[in-house]
Amino acid sequence: MNVNANANFAQDNPMSQFLRMERMPHIWCPGCGIGTVVTAFAEAVKKSGLDLDKIAIVSGIGCTGRTAGYVKLDSFHSTHGRAIPLATGLKLANPEMKVVVFSGDGDLTSIGGNHFIHAARRNMDITVVCVNNFTYGMTGGQMTPTTPHTANASTTPYGNYEYPFSLPFLADACGATYIARWTSLHARQISGSIKEALNHKGFSFVEVIAPCTTLYQRRNRLGDGLDALEYYQNDAEIAHGLDTRQVDIDYQGKIKVGKFVEKQKPTYLDNVNQHYAQVIGDEYELYGKTTPEKEAEAKAKAESAAKGAV
Amino acid sequence: MYFGKLKEAKGVVHINESWCKGCGFCVNYCPTKVLVLSKDYNAKGYHPPQVQDAELCRDCKFCELICPEFAIYVSPAPSDGDEDKETHGA
Ligand SMILES: Cc1ncc(C[n+]2csc(CCOP(=O)(O)OP(=O)(O)O)c2C)c(N)n1
Ligand code: SF4
Ligand code: SF4
Ligand code: SF4
Ligand SMILES: [Mg+2]
Repeated sequence: MNVNANANFAQDNPMSQFLRMERMPHIWCPGCGIGTVVTAFAEAVKKSGLDLDKIAIVSGIGCTGRTAGYVKLDSFHSTHGRAIPLATGLKLANPEMKVVVFSGDGDLTSIGGNHFIHAARRNMDITVVCVNNFTYGMTGGQMTPTTPHTANASTTPYGNYEYPFSLPFLADACGATYIARWTSLHARQISGSIKEALNHKGFSFVEVIAPCTTLYQRRNRLGDGLDALEYYQNDAEIAHGLDTRQVDIDYQGKIKVGKFVEKQKPTYLDNVNQHYAQVIGDEYELYGKTTPEKEAEAKAKAESAAKGAV
Repeated sequence: MYFGKLKEAKGVVHINESWCKGCGFCVNYCPTKVLVLSKDYNAKGYHPPQVQDAELCRDCKFCELICPEFAIYVSPAPSDGDEDKETHGA
């Protein structure tokens, strides 16, 4: 029979390469979307072929933030809202690292909103994955900057009267150079986009709309995780390249998904180097080069000088 | 359509009942309806999936990807050896 009650399930599971299986089962509620995004992320890392010793994951605080504690990669569970500053520091101190921020909508765009806009503005070479469940899951379902207008939250018990952020538009306006959005039902597409984001040079942002069953779904009487996936199945529309001004999400309305932005622009570090090389000249030692890179450059320079002399 | 002796891929489903939280994602989104939720409960009181028709599994691994609990994975079924080998780019 093609069914296995496998005694070594944890070790034989292909995820065991990326996850701390000894910490399972995890804390997330039944039907919560975060776990799917973690699998899609692991799948993306696997397909990217990146050296696992050269990737670091940084999370802020929240249910999504717990991801840092479950991955079997270098990871930091930082403080609330500060995942991006920590990631920025990691990247600048060690430019060879792939630094990925994995956190929630509240963490990244409320208390951490300033860091988000400035990392995008600088085109900091990091990848940000945001699990957007429209709420502060961990602390009891309060309203976040992405809670749709009219949706119920514990801090807006009569419905939300504020205008929400549309995160792809925010990221785009600030200068992000790779922007994609999916729902947690689009597991394969999330994985594809995260893989592209990992290989992208510059600030890459992948938003995943996902169910918070216990708070957002329940408070709004929207049913369980399956009901959320059914909503995504019916109302998500793939629209690659769509102008990010057109991707806002109304309460239980259409969700535009796809890759909205992909462009090349010098990163923060490129600009640091270019600027100082220009104003300081030959005295300036390029920042963030690895030793082999520096040696190769010196050699190329010497060779071209020798050629010029002939 | 003619695929030579190429056979449809077949998978073996592995389920960890004790990690499952009974969300039903794997059951609902399996394209060939391999799985059903069991009537039995696991230790936490959830209904884990069980394989209803193993022959139908195409090793697409969507259940593995969508499961939020890392509680299900699929491995390729051992082949009986007489199908044409797929060649990639050779
Ligand atoms: C400085 C600080 N303020 C407030 C909190 C409380 N807090 C913990 S998690 C959280 C919200 C997390 O929301 P989100 O980032 O959307 O993650 P989710 O739980 O929804 O995945 C808040 C406000 C905190 N831990 N630290
Ligand atoms: S509270 Fe919401 S976000 Fe947190 S684990 Fe539960 S369902 Fe997921
Ligand atoms: S691998 Fe695909 S066909 Fe097989 S059980 Fe999972 S979802 Fe169904
Ligand atoms: S998707 Fe995972 S947690 Fe949900 S019912 Fe299937 S095995 Fe259980
Ligand atoms: Mg949230």
